[in-house]
Amino acid sequence: MEYEVIVGLETHAELATITKLFCGCSTKFGVEPNTQVCPVCLGMPGVLPVMNKKAFEYALKAAIALNCRIDEFTNFDRKSYYYPDLPKNYQISQNYYNLGVDGYMDISVNGTIRRIRIHNVHLEEEAGKLIHPEEISADYSLVDFNRAGVPLLEIVSYPDMRNVDEVESYMQTLRKILLYAEISDCKMQEGSLRFEASISLRKKGSDKLGNRVEIKNLNSMKSVLKAIEYEAKRQSEVLDRGGTVDRETRLWDEVSEKSARMRSKEEAQDYRYFPEPDLLPVLINEKWLSAIKASIPELPRERKQRFMEVFKLSDYDAGVITEEKVLADFFDECVKILDRPKAICNWIINDLLREVKDKKLDINNLPIKAKQLAVLVEIIEKGTISSTIAKEVFSEMIQTGKGPQTIIEEKKLVQISDEGLIEAVITKVISSNPDAIEDYKKGKKNALTFLVGQVMKETKGKANPKIVNEILAKKVGI
Amino acid sequence: MSKDIESRDVSLRLFEYTAHHLSAKILSKEICATDLVKHFLERIKSVEPHIRAYITINEEDALKKATEIDKKIGNGETTGLLAGIPVAVKDNICTKSLSTTCASKILKNFIPPYDAFVVKRLKEEDAIIIGKTNLDEFAMGSSTENSGYKITRNPWNPEYVPGGSSGGSAAAVAADLSMMALGSDTGGSVRQPAALCGIAGVKPTYGRVSRYGLVAFGSSLDQIGTLTNDVKDAAILLQVIAGYDSRDSTSMQVSVPDYLNGIDSGVNGLRIGIPKEYFAAGLNADVHNALKDALKLYERLGAKVIDMSLPHTEYAVAVYYIVANAEASSNLARYDGVRYGYRAPKSNGIIDMYSRTRSEGFGNEVKRRIMLGNYALSAGYYDAYYLKASKVRNLIKNDFDIAFQQVDCIICPTSPVPGFKIGERAKNPLEMYLSDIYTIPANLAGIPGISVPCGFSKEGLPIGMQILAKHFEEKKLLQIAYAFERETDFHLKKPVLKVSSEQR
Repeated sequence: MEYEVIVGLETHAELATITKLFCGCSTKFGVEPNTQVCPVCLGMPGVLPVMNKKAFEYALKAAIALNCRIDEFTNFDRKSYYYPDLPKNYQISQNYYNLGVDGYMDISVNGTIRRIRIHNVHLEEEAGKLIHPEEISADYSLVDFNRAGVPLLEIVSYPDMRNVDEVESYMQTLRKILLYAEISDCKMQEGSLRFEASISLRKKGSDKLGNRVEIKNLNSMKSVLKAIEYEAKRQSEVLDRGGTVDRETRLWDEVSEKSARMRSKEEAQDYRYFPEPDLLPVLINEKWLSAIKASIPELPRERKQRFMEVFKLSDYDAGVITEEKVLADFFDECVKILDRPKAICNWIINDLLREVKDKKLDINNLPIKAKQLAVLVEIIEKGTISSTIAKEVFSEMIQTGKGPQTIIEEKKLVQISDEGLIEAVITKVISSNPDAIEDYKKGKKNALTFLVGQVMKETKGKANPKIVNEILAKKVGI
Repeated sequence: MSKDIESRDVSLRLFEYTAHHLSAKILSKEICATDLVKHFLERIKSVEPHIRAYITINEEDALKKATEIDKKIGNGETTGLLAGIPVAVKDNICTKSLSTTCASKILKNFIPPYDAFVVKRLKEEDAIIIGKTNLDEFAMGSSTENSGYKITRNPWNPEYVPGGSSGGSAAAVAADLSMMALGSDTGGSVRQPAALCGIAGVKPTYGRVSRYGLVAFGSSLDQIGTLTNDVKDAAILLQVIAGYDSRDSTSMQVSVPDYLNGIDSGVNGLRIGIPKEYFAAGLNADVHNALKDALKLYERLGAKVIDMSLPHTEYAVAVYYIVANAEASSNLARYDGVRYGYRAPKSNGIIDMYSRTRSEGFGNEVKRRIMLGNYALSAGYYDAYYLKASKVRNLIKNDFDIAFQQVDCIICPTSPVPGFKIGERAKNPLEMYLSDIYTIPANLAGIPGISVPCGFSKEGLPIGMQILAKHFEEKKLLQIAYAFERETDFHLKKPVLKVSSEQR
């Protein structure tokens, strides 16, 4: 039997605010456990939440960027469940009045645009983290509440994706939008971007959806895709055997690349949502909304468009440069210093990205500064160094972090354009290679190339090739 | 049988003064704060064992603070509004470094690392926190019998309850174990014990006083209030605790007027609404008569008494027990043994730890309300209970909005009965819930209310009169109450303390 795979994604992104959602504690990642906590985020008796306006505005930006409808009235609700990492045993979230609803995001799959609908975008608080001791015999676990109360954005898609390519594009596109809007750092390895998938199958041609299975514990985009493939196969096998897929939640195991039942539908939690009485509803007026709209930085698609229109980059080049926001920012910074977009783009794509890939560098921590690349390109265009030398200078820049001028001076790499100097070298080369001159006169054109090579060798590649060619041509009497 | 346990001829008779009398004497160095505090601590030593108003007595710290204040006054430094005045704080209001139990075993030994907003304000105004008072566990009750630690007695008759849930605070003030006290009022928990103990109790407008540091019971209803010997003291204490606090999103940025200024403006021309629903069947005859007399007095003072109706009153108790319990079930979820408070010593895994901790840590009434609240919020019932209750709550609010277009205030009894005996209602939760029938609507509507003494029953128990006004009209409430108080002497009567023959 042939089936269609139906996938929806729930995305959690930690917002990049400096302080937590309901208290003034820092959100810094990777510090000593329980050092960024206060009575509020520890859920002590008598404490009350106070909304972080910036976090709310970040969430609004996301809702706008994802083309959601934003109603004037939005409110927070308590979602109740017991877990040791949840200090109050309820999470302040949104259920009855989400801040963004009925949006969409356009994704590109193999050159075609697909529109994936967004069910809602809402704001909630992050939970803490359980730390299990390494000894298996230990009869305790520890809780780190540093993360508890960090603002968390939840983005719920409709089940509009039909294959892993679409899912991958959805995740990448969403990540790019969140990064470009500057509302999350989207570091999956630090857990600031997480996905949960729900998967069901339906017979090709049918419009009846099968039972939905939710998959949790997906720690990378790769895991998401693998888990979906695994689940689609598992469900199709169940259906082919004539069975029915249970509505359940499954946990993905990254090591074995399998999923296992976490809880059935019957065991599903009743979250007992009700309006959070400790917070006032937030009323969003037109003025506030337009101010937020105006503050959203250029999103990926507009950035690419601008690069093509203003800087005449090709569709491919603009695509590569805008794939990562840091790269696009780097490019923008370079061209601001030096108006040579094409040359800069080539250096970024051909050289910088290759270095990043070869040396497995963190793209967020580029090894050179925009100013340095701009200066390098400028030096080449001025003819101070040849493009061959430039490659050497570039790799030296990456290794040492030094600027191009320093390297050129230190290594005495300045191009020789002094005609007298070059002529002297040419005279020397001609006199010591009489055979080559003979060959050339006999019509062997590449003998000239050989002579140019000899001149370059003598000058350690620093001779200006244009001048070498001119003088040599005169000397051999063309 | 009962016998007198005290005569009131203590040399200075300081306890018979009110804060507005005493602060002047402290400032003029006629009395020093240390003597005053010592005086109260001694009285606590002799009387408290019979009243049991306190869970914690803050002896050492109170004396230290008193010395500091005396030094300040001696140095001619400016001092706060409550310099040297002993104030008792209900034990569900967080006090830094001083145990805060909510009268629950689950918070035994819990010492907050921070002060509630109101406690911070008391300290800023140089008040002396003399102790933490008993209450129904997590403020759930109307008699203070639901305390996990002790049963507080009504100073007027030890066989009677002091009311609740701020029964400890009310009894402490009535028995002169503190000059004034803070309580909390979710459905009448300040006003009802004030009525039953013969003192003044104010529940401010929701949003008038910050709830930061008040251990939450019903978050949309809770409000910290005052328990004092008279209306002027209520005005002073409210002056100190009222105001906006950025840490409570529901506290309002409404300026705080000077409550004492013009408190004696009288009631000439005032329109007093008498809601017929509050004078219906079930109202005790003594209470009814005391109210009738009070209204006659108001008329003599120039007020106009107008019969009116609050048609949705009959739904108030039902709405309240859905909303309050739903919020409570969620507010009390944090007491799980993970981070602070009681944890069951033996358990098998996290779920078992939760369940044992909560089974052993909470009392029966708290468990009952958590279960009722969870039920009202559970899938499939939310619309029928919580959502519907919220809608009816709006109708009750509307009743008041409409009423206050025709009248300046509403006067009614605080409690349908002058009091009840310890144990009398404990077995019947529903009957106990009806104790708050006249006080609950103000919490649902968020409006302010005050209870002041207006008579005594045949048995010699005090009777309370409740005055309600529009949002943020505490000043008017105090004026109306004071107009009555200065014409009467109910607030001057003090109980002669007796020991119950069957004291437990």
